[in-house]
Amino acid sequence: MERVFKGRPIVKGKCKAKALVSHEGFNTLASYQHSLMFGDKKAKCSDQSNRELYGKEMAGRALCLPQTIGSTTGGLVLYCASSFSREPKCMLFSKEIDSLAAAGAILSEVWTDSDMVAVDMLGDEFLSFVQDGDDIEVFEDGSVKVKR
Amino acid sequence: MKLNEREEAILNGKEGEVKAKIMRTLVKYGEIFGAEKMVDITPGTKGHLVTSFGLSVMKPVYALMDEIILSGVKSSQPFSADPIPLDSNVPQSLVQKLFFKIMYGMQSSYNEQLKALGLLDEKAFTCTCYLDEVGNTPKRGDILSWAESSAVVYANSVLGARCNRNSGIIDLFGSIVGCVPFFGLLTDEGRKADYLIEVKTEKLPEAQLLGSAIGLKVMEETPYIVGLDKYFMGLDDSAKAYLKDMGAGAASNGAVGLYHVENITPEAVDYKRALLKEGYKTYVIDDQELERVLESYPVIWKNPDSKAKVAFVGCPHLTEKQLFSWAERIEAALKKNGRKKTVIPLVITAAPAVLEKFRKNEAASRLESEGVVLSYICPLMYMNNPECKKMPTITSSNKLRTYTSSRYMKEEDLIEYVTGGKHGKSI
Repeated sequence: MERVFKGRPIVKGKCKAKALVSHEGFNTLASYQHSLMFGDKKAKCSDQSNRELYGKEMAGRALCLPQTIGSTTGGLVLYCASSFSREPKCMLFSKEIDSLAAAGAILSEVWTDSDMVAVDMLGDEFLSFVQDGDDIEVFEDGSVKVKR
Repeated sequence: MKLNEREEAILNGKEGEVKAKIMRTLVKYGEIFGAEKMVDITPGTKGHLVTSFGLSVMKPVYALMDEIILSGVKSSQPFSADPIPLDSNVPQSLVQKLFFKIMYGMQSSYNEQLKALGLLDEKAFTCTCYLDEVGNTPKRGDILSWAESSAVVYANSVLGARCNRNSGIIDLFGSIVGCVPFFGLLTDEGRKADYLIEVKTEKLPEAQLLGSAIGLKVMEETPYIVGLDKYFMGLDDSAKAYLKDMGAGAASNGAVGLYHVENITPEAVDYKRALLKEGYKTYVIDDQELERVLESYPVIWKNPDSKAKVAFVGCPHLTEKQLFSWAERIEAALKKNGRKKTVIPLVITAAPAVLEKFRKNEAASRLESEGVVLSYICPLMYMNNPECKKMPTITSSNKLRTYTSSRYMKEEDLIEYVTGGKHGKSI
């Protein structure tokens, strides 16, 4: 089964990765806290409140989420994750990107060597359809192919 | 985005490559949200940074700060910053102390970086920078480049200043180039309300519990709140303190950057319900709804039946009046429960300048003799220590509960708990 969703490219790029899905807001600080503090290169999610992601590896995955939530340190946490090469391969937002995630994506693009792609406004249907482990392919125009 | 001559010159590297990269970051950031121009930060205002911690694992942030400092760039305005994470007066075991030393190993060098970039003064470490004692109080209409969710929502809502919910680093970047992208809460349209919140409780609800209910419902949208004005005489000190705590709950349980309170906050006083957008949604909050929210909080203590070892009050930091109120209530509860000291340490936090003023009163030394620790610490940073996280702690701060393993208790229940009396069912 294969479906293509069209979003808005925030940080343009092409990439392929396995999906990692959070249907609730992604708390950037809580999720990356353990990885940053204890040097976990695979960046296992440490947000105990996020039952879908807790304990799962985030580095190199296609993180599918509605928006990010929580502390205004969110952007710099994402910047640090990118600097340590522990960022997701891409961040795929169903809603309009929030200001903290936008800051993180832009800081990573301008100030690090990270090639993390970000696409937003993929729609609620995208998040209803995509499942953990699906093959994701992202294109420069913000199209996202989901294959399982 | 259309830039003016000065902004264009910075972007083109006339003031150096680092400043050009900073401007490029802000332009790209603004373009995401449809900003068509940059707008100057109001002259004479000060900045506020959320990053106050020298957390060893945040090395990329400190490297970036070094890059900025070495290029000779400084903030165009002085700034305050969030509370620092360390205070040896706050209870800590040897293991916790060791962890603090490792975790916050870059605190001294980071403090030096902040000074080099334009830190207001050494007492400027607080999340309540807008209090008179601290000296970073913006006026209505001022354009700001702040982060710290509780400070941003207070500045927008209670003071009528204009600031987006910026991330750390973006806050500093705006202060450096002296301008921010014009979008969202900076615009008149962006300050209109999406939700009508009707508060229909029997008495004034606990501020952070009400804020939590609002945040969970509206997420990043703007609420217009009715039903609170009967409890206050306009925007007096008690209303300001209440709204400070309510806003912190709404900003941490949701992503609220602005709220209006009928007949109290400045824009609601002027424009009334004309602030509501066409087709606004309505949310009624009564006592039953608040109980539902309270009961939805997860308990993440390893053993939920453990006895708490420390209690925290003051996230966000307390005002001086709140310190007096806590002193009075603790003293009365100790007397009632036949005790001279609290049964567990109670850490009460406030801005260094507020504590300095409070300490001039007898109430401060009385509180300390009763087992209360007065501190300028950030309780959230304290609880980030993995060894503190394991320790059962209680708090009346919903913000602290949200980000840490602390359990929430209503204020009166927490007072009963720490003074050895019977406590209610909020734990």
